[in-house]
Amino acid sequence: MTANDAPPPESPAVVTVHEQQQTAPDVRQQPAPASRGWRVGSVELLAGVLIAVVLLRGPLVAVFDSSAARTWATIFVSIVVQALPFLVFGVLISAAIAVFVPTSFFVRALPRRPVLAVPVAGVAGVALPGCECGSVPIAGGLVRRGVAPAAALTFLLSAPAVNPVVLIATAIAFPGRPEMVLARFVASVLTAIAVGWLWLRFGRAEWIRLPSRPDLGNVSRWTGFWLAVRHDAIHAGGFLVVGGLTAAFLNVTVPRQWLDAIAGQPVVAVLALALLAVLLSICSEADAFVAASLSQFSLTARLAFLVVGPMIDVKLFAMQAGTFGRGFALRFAPTVFTVAVLISVAVGSVVL
Amino acid sequence: MRGEAQSIVLLLIGGALLRITVFSDVYLRYVKPGLRWYLIAAGVVLVVAAAITLWRELFGAEADAHGHGGPRVAWLLLLPVLTIFLIGPPSLGSYAAEKQGAAAVGQPSSDLPPLPAGDPVTVSVLDYVTRAIWEDGASLRGRDVRLTGFVTLDDNGTPHLTRIVLSCCAADGRPLEVALAGVAPGTLERDVWITVVGRYDSARHTDPVSGEAVPTIAVGSLTRVDAPVNPYDS
Repeated sequence: MTANDAPPPESPAVVTVHEQQQTAPDVRQQPAPASRGWRVGSVELLAGVLIAVVLLRGPLVAVFDSSAARTWATIFVSIVVQALPFLVFGVLISAAIAVFVPTSFFVRALPRRPVLAVPVAGVAGVALPGCECGSVPIAGGLVRRGVAPAAALTFLLSAPAVNPVVLIATAIAFPGRPEMVLARFVASVLTAIAVGWLWLRFGRAEWIRLPSRPDLGNVSRWTGFWLAVRHDAIHAGGFLVVGGLTAAFLNVTVPRQWLDAIAGQPVVAVLALALLAVLLSICSEADAFVAASLSQFSLTARLAFLVVGPMIDVKLFAMQAGTFGRGFALRFAPTVFTVAVLISVAVGSVVL
Repeated sequence: MRGEAQSIVLLLIGGALLRITVFSDVYLRYVKPGLRWYLIAAGVVLVVAAAITLWRELFGAEADAHGHGGPRVAWLLLLPVLTIFLIGPPSLGSYAAEKQGAAAVGQPSSDLPPLPAGDPVTVSVLDYVTRAIWEDGASLRGRDVRLTGFVTLDDNGTPHLTRIVLSCCAADGRPLEVALAGVAPGTLERDVWITVVGRYDSARHTDPVSGEAVPTIAVGSLTRVDAPVNPYDS
């Protein structure tokens, strides 16, 4: 979305995108209902997949006979299992926003001018306990409810990094170093606000393509609620799996010696840990403990790890691409990464 | 993916969550014990959402909101379900530990209390390593301690007693190791769970992978045991 002074096309642009999105899948899906009964639909396909997997169980299990494959499978399952409660929580909030909170609420709660709404949204992130998997569907829900994308994105970035649960975990992981908690809070909020303002200045509404939700106009509120839950859980969950697959692969393959070799060089160390945060995709409620264990790195490098991780990693990239569209995610990810690294270094050099 | 299929997929995921938390302790291979009730709640929500939407697809009013395909990526949600039910990945073991190398333990924020009573006294690997590294074993000396963990081998083939510490889930697992003095190389194979009773030994190794210090225990007795219900330290 361009700045305030931009001409009217803003909201109509969003609407157009919506309509295109809504019609496209319809056209593709049209044959399925018509020919139901004798053509293979997704339910039949699902049943087929399940039967095939059960029949082929022996060979499939044999593939997982090596230690490396089993370790990969363990980490994959643990990333998904660990994230699901937070994702479900986020999905419930998102569906509740969609069904029960009137649009006027956000209009009243947030400053009218997006320039001011961005910092308010950044600080509001404190109020949402959870990790990054939950905040993606919530931000999607906020945009649907007419919240300025810049403010919703700022909230998306700040909420998983600065809520009380994460800050307490950080304090426990770095005993005797309260300045680490302060640095994490300040750097995360500043990054979120900076990205929000960048979006306001340079972003375009058409980059965001929200997947169409079922039309909730003519169903009861509670039915609409559960349909929205299913819709969001299927979307965010599918992309969580993509991210989990990738993160588990990198977790098992990136050799630790690479890290030690670069820990001694200050600039490279910051970039390396920021990159590691992207690759490992650790939950924001746990990343402080991992950062604490990377003791060969400088505190500033570890701060970059803590600021970047909750905002952008391979799992989040997949989820953001699924929620807001690939064109959005491809622009958003490098911007967030760059801003987060720069602000971490600046805050780290002052506070740490 | 059509509506009914979406509901069925959610049902499978919710069911898998309940299967590993309510009907078994399998979840402890992947996450910390504290997450159990959150996992159960998430499982219940998913099952309820699946049941209500499926009921509506099958018996509900026609002509509203149907026809919207879910994304293709939704099919991937079957992967964790199938992995859990068919492969049932084990807890992290020697492969992950040896690849990562012994992790550092954080400096305790205050002086550690003396060991509790007991002869031998059961100590977690995390506690043992913390006392050994940060207090040079002061509170361990003169006591018989009992440690339980699985076997990893260092580059000389010396067996280490290892336990992985989780902060949140297995993706952030950090291995903590204690070298076993008095156990000949070649007598223990990897991933065997053992309980040793022994005394603090001031020798320290440096882990070749991580460069962190690995303390030692002089082993008095060693028994093979079953893997504990919670395979991780926390």
